[in-house]
Amino acid sequence: MTKLDVLPDRAGVGLKGEHYADIVGTWPDLGFFEVHAENYMGDGGPPHRYLETIAAHYPLSFHGVGLSIGGDGPIDQDHIGRLKTLIDRYRPASFSEHLAWSTHDSAYLNDLLPLPYTEQTLARVCEHVDEVQNALGRRMLLENPSTYVLFSESTIEETEFLTRIADRTGCGLLLDVNNVMVSTVNHRLDPYAYIERFALDLVGEIHMAGYDETVDGAGDRLLIDAHGSAVRPDVFELFVFALNKAGPRPVLVEWDNNVPGFAELHAEARRVEAVIARSRGSRPVAAQ
Amino acid sequence: MSARPTLQSWSRAFAAALTDPAAPVPAGLETGNTPADRLRFAVYRNNVHVGLVEALRRAFPVVERVVGDAFFTAMARDYVTHNKPTSPVLILYGDRFAAFIAAFAPAARLPYLPDLARLERAWLESYHAADVAALGVPALAALDAALLAGAVLTPHPAARVVRSSYAVGSIWSAHSAARTHPSGRIDAGRAETVLVTRPEARVDVTIIPDRDAGFVLDVLAGTPLGEAAVRASQANPAFDFGTALTGLVRKGALAATTTQGAVT
Repeated sequence: MTKLDVLPDRAGVGLKGEHYADIVGTWPDLGFFEVHAENYMGDGGPPHRYLETIAAHYPLSFHGVGLSIGGDGPIDQDHIGRLKTLIDRYRPASFSEHLAWSTHDSAYLNDLLPLPYTEQTLARVCEHVDEVQNALGRRMLLENPSTYVLFSESTIEETEFLTRIADRTGCGLLLDVNNVMVSTVNHRLDPYAYIERFALDLVGEIHMAGYDETVDGAGDRLLIDAHGSAVRPDVFELFVFALNKAGPRPVLVEWDNNVPGFAELHAEARRVEAVIARSRGSRPVAAQ
Repeated sequence: MSARPTLQSWSRAFAAALTDPAAPVPAGLETGNTPADRLRFAVYRNNVHVGLVEALRRAFPVVERVVGDAFFTAMARDYVTHNKPTSPVLILYGDRFAAFIAAFAPAARLPYLPDLARLERAWLESYHAADVAALGVPALAALDAALLAGAVLTPHPAARVVRSSYAVGSIWSAHSAARTHPSGRIDAGRAETVLVTRPEARVDVTIIPDRDAGFVLDVLAGTPLGEAAVRASQANPAFDFGTALTGLVRKGALAATTTQGAVT
């Protein structure tokens, strides 16, 4: 019997409505499924019916996109309430959110927006993480963002900012390797050095996805966190490096746009799973 | 010398510039050592708009098929500009889209389009509505006949009715993957009343026969059964109470529990 209340150190995939019929009944060999919590905030109907069936067979990870933890305004109490209802119902193995903001003056801006990293914003984000963890009665994971701009007023480097949030609040971290590549290329930083600085011992899950590429007004490479393709080769190499340093972890393949057939998504997960298997031989940093 | 921008001030500037394409890139943004250019900030603007347009595209697939991708995208972008979501629950975004289309001048040549959007909105609300047991035929048969006339039945949370001066049920059906009705030539100017229900895990779209339309609307609006039946008979002598009520029950349009009346 699979243990459903903890994410295994295996590959998982994002659950897509298009794939329900491929999953239910055939029960593919996968470590877990992850869903965007907001997609299951309807009262009932087919989405819940499928999710209940899948939850009986696999560990679940709930990934939020709407809490606006990095925002300067208060956390939306209605939204926390919806999240708590959902989490109490499904008891997922993991809940994660983003170091980003998306709500301003009650308008939902539908993107994961960047924030400056200062002592002031650090304190605000920690208050929000405390509030969420207290309301949900569980530890959450916080994900590093993909960014296209930086703030001149920032005084704290991003990995340090994340580590300090985790230290103050007790939350864990979600390492999105694609986001690392996107942000470091966009700001002409070294992605490997970023991984070296990252608090890998606090990482409870890793995300992988495909980026798109364009150029900015100066003709410099500009990577877009698009989730619409297979993982790019440079991100896969960075992932192997990160996993060999961290040791085995739950790893999610995200593919939210131009969603492929389930077989192709599953093949991508198997490619990831092979790396996790090999990392079992390396000396892992214990996850907390 | 000005003070350092506070979190409050930068987020306000950022949010304002996001929603106004003509606004300059907010001050204080850079890319490492050079100021951020418009193309970088445009990634955020684009994400906001494209994400919301795609949410509308998912919610109104038949409207999109009728008007085509380019027209839909332009119409949706206009809606998005003036109707930012107030909740992160985007599966239910677009509640004012049908009313917006009714006032959207370029769509005026398709007078049925707002009602088609209302029908798709009804479908979406039905799809996500609460799971509640439906009133079944055996439970209906067990109702005390003496109390039936005064009974007020509770609509199932997934039941919706769309009444239109146009053949929106037929148009929806002809363009939908579900194709619940045989498609031939459609007289778009024919009025239709469409019932949307969700028996089991599937949303059903049913065009109600004209003689039953008023009855269906009345019952789902909470009119006592007897009063609804009398009105329907007066409007059309061919109305058959038993057939109409059983049809409504078979479609799962009523909840197993009622607020008042005969069911106990």
